[in-house]
Amino acid sequence: MAPLLSELVSHLRESRTQLRQEWARRIALTQLLRAMTEEEIFAEATSVYDNYVEALETGTFEALQAYSRNLSERIIPRGVETHEVVGIVLLLRDVLARSLFAKYHEDFTQLNRILDTYEPAANRIANTVAVGFVQERERIILQQQEAIRELSTPVLQVRERLLILPIIGVIDPHRARQLTEQLLRAIRTNRAKVVVIDITGVAAMDANVANHLVQTVEAARLLGATVIVTGLSPEIAQTLVTIGVDLSEMATVGDLQGGIEEAERLLGYKVLPLAEPGS
Amino acid sequence: MEVPILKQGQYLIASIQSALTDADLSQLREALIAQVGRYRARGVIVDVTALDVMDSFAVRTLRDVTHMARLRGSETVIVGIQPEVAFAMVQLGLTLKGVATALDLEEGLAFLDQRGRDRVERGN
Repeated sequence: MAPLLSELVSHLRESRTQLRQEWARRIALTQLLRAMTEEEIFAEATSVYDNYVEALETGTFEALQAYSRNLSERIIPRGVETHEVVGIVLLLRDVLARSLFAKYHEDFTQLNRILDTYEPAANRIANTVAVGFVQERERIILQQQEAIRELSTPVLQVRERLLILPIIGVIDPHRARQLTEQLLRAIRTNRAKVVVIDITGVAAMDANVANHLVQTVEAARLLGATVIVTGLSPEIAQTLVTIGVDLSEMATVGDLQGGIEEAERLLGYKVLPLAEPGS
Repeated sequence: MEVPILKQGQYLIASIQSALTDADLSQLREALIAQVGRYRARGVIVDVTALDVMDSFAVRTLRDVTHMARLRGSETVIVGIQPEVAFAMVQLGLTLKGVATALDLEEGLAFLDQRGRDRVERGN
């Protein structure tokens, strides 16, 4: 290892205690990481510091990356934000730099040399930690989005050959596509002959989504299933007519109850009460 | 590749086993129309379960078969369109409008039986 680098690393290891404390002090001053307690901050600070120095020493960043992701996984659910993580890493960078100024203030040439070694490594470290945090955030967001999508489009079988697809919330093109695929698979698996798509829970629909709905109805027909759309609000009904969507192939009924009754009729069911009450 | 056409009672069943060229599709169309006449079939089922893709020529051929068969007194139903294929078709605007479809062979036969009963009722 280059002499300068080894000098730098020894200095950082020797001054570990006071530099760590200085860093923790600065973090408290800037009021970052409010979601965590002082003890937690100090514990994490210790790990970060040691990983930092090791990254400097070895010139490899995998361990730091792994630690950064691991740390992010723990603190993101606590509500820690990107600017806080970037903030504290930059604070550590400053604290270490200041200590170098203090140590080499009498020898400007040497200071410059030491900084030449320190700065690129310190920048790369700050980068690694920040990017690790952001990547973890993105991964969590994607995971949650997927979970929400799965939750909100269940396909339910309520009778032999009869499926209900209640749609709630906002439909974007991605969700519309996922809905269609899910429905078609369910039609095949359950051998459904009638599907009731209920859009009571859909507030608004634009031309794009309306066309997706029409396509879904057509695709279901290709699999031999009839689709009944129920729960169109007055606003959506108006939108569909205004846009000029081809509704000739789409059977619609005002509400879900009516839709199910119509579906049962199509399937040849008749619902009768068991007995007169009081008889 | 010739598509096997089986006779089941008054129905003809064409089972497509693999992807067909345009020439194969045209040949299938000719064969079905000829056999509808020869056996005085009342119904035709074309099973496309094995197809991964349905292009515009295939769709047009199926429509032609349906219309020609109807002129010769036979109902046609297409069965076995896969979910992925159905999805791709509607995205491309290939709708098979005016052509009956059913989930599989069993449903296709039930459909033809029902049409047969309706026809008898209308006749009476």
